[in-house]
Amino acid sequence: MNVLTVSGLRAWYVTRAFGIEREVRAVDDVSLAVARGEIYGLAGESSCGKSTLIKTIAGAVRPPLTVIGGSATFEFGDRRIDMHSADPADVLAIRWRHLAYIMQGSMSVLNPLRRVRHTFIDFAQRHIGKPELEFLAIVRAHMQRLRLDPAILEAYPHELSGGMRQRVTIALATICRPDFIIADEPTTALDVVVQKEVLGLIRDIQREMGSSLLFVTHDLAVHANLCDRLGVMYAGRLVEEGPTADLLRAPRHPYTAHLVASLPRIGDTTPRASLSGAPPNLADPPSGCRFHPRCPLAMDICRSETPAMRGTDRRVACFAA
Amino acid sequence: MRVLRDLLRSNREFAIGIALLAVVVMMAALSAFSPYPPNDSYLVPPDVPPSWAYPLGTTSRGQDVFWLLTFAIRNSLLFGVLVAAISRCLSLLIGLTAGYLGGIVDRVLMSFNDTFIVIPLFPILVLFYFVMRDRMSWIGLALVMAGLGWAYDARLIRSVALGLRAREFTETAIFSGMTVRQILLQEHLPYVLPIVFSTTMNNINWSIGLEVTLSVLGFTDINTPTIGVMIYWANQHTALVAGIWWWIAFPVALVVITFVGLFLLAVSMNEYIDPRSRLGRFGA
Amino acid sequence: MTTLIELDAVSRSYTIGGVLGRRHVNAVQRVGFTVAADGPEVLAIIGESGSGKTTLARMILNIVPPSSGSIRFRGVPLHHVRRLDFMRQVQPIFQNPFEAFNPLKQVDRYLFTTARRFTDGDPAARADAALLQVGLSLAEVRRRFPHELSGGQLQRIAIARALISSPALLVADEPVSMVDASLRMSIVNLFAELRDRLGVSIIYITHDLATAYSISDRIIIMRAGEVVEAGEARAVLDHPQHPYAQQLKNAVLSIES
Repeated sequence: MNVLTVSGLRAWYVTRAFGIEREVRAVDDVSLAVARGEIYGLAGESSCGKSTLIKTIAGAVRPPLTVIGGSATFEFGDRRIDMHSADPADVLAIRWRHLAYIMQGSMSVLNPLRRVRHTFIDFAQRHIGKPELEFLAIVRAHMQRLRLDPAILEAYPHELSGGMRQRVTIALATICRPDFIIADEPTTALDVVVQKEVLGLIRDIQREMGSSLLFVTHDLAVHANLCDRLGVMYAGRLVEEGPTADLLRAPRHPYTAHLVASLPRIGDTTPRASLSGAPPNLADPPSGCRFHPRCPLAMDICRSETPAMRGTDRRVACFAA
Repeated sequence: MRVLRDLLRSNREFAIGIALLAVVVMMAALSAFSPYPPNDSYLVPPDVPPSWAYPLGTTSRGQDVFWLLTFAIRNSLLFGVLVAAISRCLSLLIGLTAGYLGGIVDRVLMSFNDTFIVIPLFPILVLFYFVMRDRMSWIGLALVMAGLGWAYDARLIRSVALGLRAREFTETAIFSGMTVRQILLQEHLPYVLPIVFSTTMNNINWSIGLEVTLSVLGFTDINTPTIGVMIYWANQHTALVAGIWWWIAFPVALVVITFVGLFLLAVSMNEYIDPRSRLGRFGA
Repeated sequence: MTTLIELDAVSRSYTIGGVLGRRHVNAVQRVGFTVAADGPEVLAIIGESGSGKTTLARMILNIVPPSSGSIRFRGVPLHHVRRLDFMRQVQPIFQNPFEAFNPLKQVDRYLFTTARRFTDGDPAARADAALLQVGLSLAEVRRRFPHELSGGQLQRIAIARALISSPALLVADEPVSMVDASLRMSIVNLFAELRDRLGVSIIYITHDLATAYSISDRIIIMRAGEVVEAGEARAVLDHPQHPYAQQLKNAVLSIES
């Protein structure tokens, strides 16, 4: 049963100012689905559109970002809600209770001027609907389950370390036991040692609550250690998708193949090749397959036509695959 | 240039501001064609209301208001621009240097700067008049005002310079072998210029306003026609009481047009003040 | 002199806070190591954020002075070395390629300025030669602004600029952490090439053990301002001795889950 279904989603940044009109095609025809209890990883480099895709799925669409077409639909039990055509009141109702969003910078979530417990009260009390003392008891129990010291509630954000703040953010996002969690690069700014702990925390929560998780990061190693399925984005499109271990062991799309081959590993000093060129400018993307300028397998058809995602469990968008 | 054209086309405030200023500047330029010398009086019949022969009327001293006004606005404008130019140079010099060098240089310059901020301007200028009296000159007044009007903006420029000093491209410039002077002029100045331009508009307004105030009260050289001096003479001849409203109304109207035009320009430049947001939004 | 850079018990501390309540932060504590002058090498300094590695880099580049201890360049204490001579031989590469260049200025101007200052002959020719070393050409970057280029390209241009004066040492502070993954290895490999082909020594500061492993000759691991382990690269990373170094290695995730 799919909790999230994204179908043909197009979201562009349309700017029209001072006589200059620009359309940045950040998300161009993306379709994917996340099943219940599944961890789906979204990989890609800078300006591949994954952050825009996340914002669009979460319904955080504000001009100049405009949804041009397609849909992102959530299904929580008997409730179906299309994020862009639904009533704003409905969207508000599912936020936090059913849909949670863990952001990259924890400091932008926690109010630096108030103690942590106030942030919990501000964000989540309304959804739990209990009086303050009871609510705080629930919060403390939740934190203990996550092996966090409840005394943290009394601290100010700047008194906590980066890793601790991120853990608090995760606790905050999961307090209502949501069905679907979106995590946007939650561990990118953290040290390697702390990252390992935070990822462990995320995995434990997900397993315990049975939520689905959409995890976005450029770090393939993180995906390898966390996600069940992996989708690779390039220049606003999804180019490959499949079970993580399979995909990383035997990638079919040339971009994924190069990405995997170029990663250095400890214990291995064989020289690693790397791609030439650079990710394209999304305001003026290449015709046909957007990867063709850098692709070693590029054929004539790649320049003129856009490959569609083919396959069922394992999908690839490539004429050469 | 492309920037100005884009602004003109799409920002209404900018377009109106430019239009108003064009009117003012045209008036000032017309002074070159005046049939009457500016300082002489009793050249035409006095107290004539606006009519075909004298479009803005004549004053009680027998001067054509229209042609007198062209000189008046020319002088006031030149005065304002002169003060603004000199004080901008001072602000830039002190602000950039203090912000970049930091340390003891910064502290000394800023103490110096803050002294000038707290100096009460008006009494000093009046004092200047009383000291200079008959030797009072417009250049002298311009220099004094420029010397007192730089402090506020120097602090503004300094804070921008402080931020720029900490950015990595300054280090790149240092390791490329650029001297301090080259770094300030080539790397930092472009960031500071939009702010300087905006404050220039304000500064011109401020200096013309101050000049008008001083002149109306008679604390300047009242023989050279400026807007303020015109109003001064109108008051001396109790123009409003005598019903010669055109002697006061037109100079006031013209200076208000100048103020509004400059203000609109300054305000409409605000969006363009942050170079990076401009780059980010329009990629150019 | 057989040493290029020599650090001896170098420390750097800051006092932060106002009149009511000051705090002493020891960014770097008693760090010592040498970079030899005879054979070019890549020395990796590995540490997490807050380990003091960036402060250390800034001290080596003579941007900030140490609070105690001494740094010698070719045997001469750093504060005695003439600025221009030092910059001719030691050049930096910064973390953020988009910040390393003035967004309002065309990037080739930096190349020309450096060439004019530190070399004789035609600046354009020197700039072009340096760009060729990093796999670019003057025609590609002529009159371009930073926002028109990718992070990878900008970082290469930064390296080219650093190479113009034919330096003996490059100090690269997290040079690839802001570069896309698909372009990262090409830059890291470039460093190895520069060592082999041009004989430039490189101090490569990073938090990424894997890239350090692939090109470094020696490694220093820092934590909270102190050196916890140092030695030959493969030896340290294959068999770390210090508990923190071991913890670091275990925490590194790899694709083979």
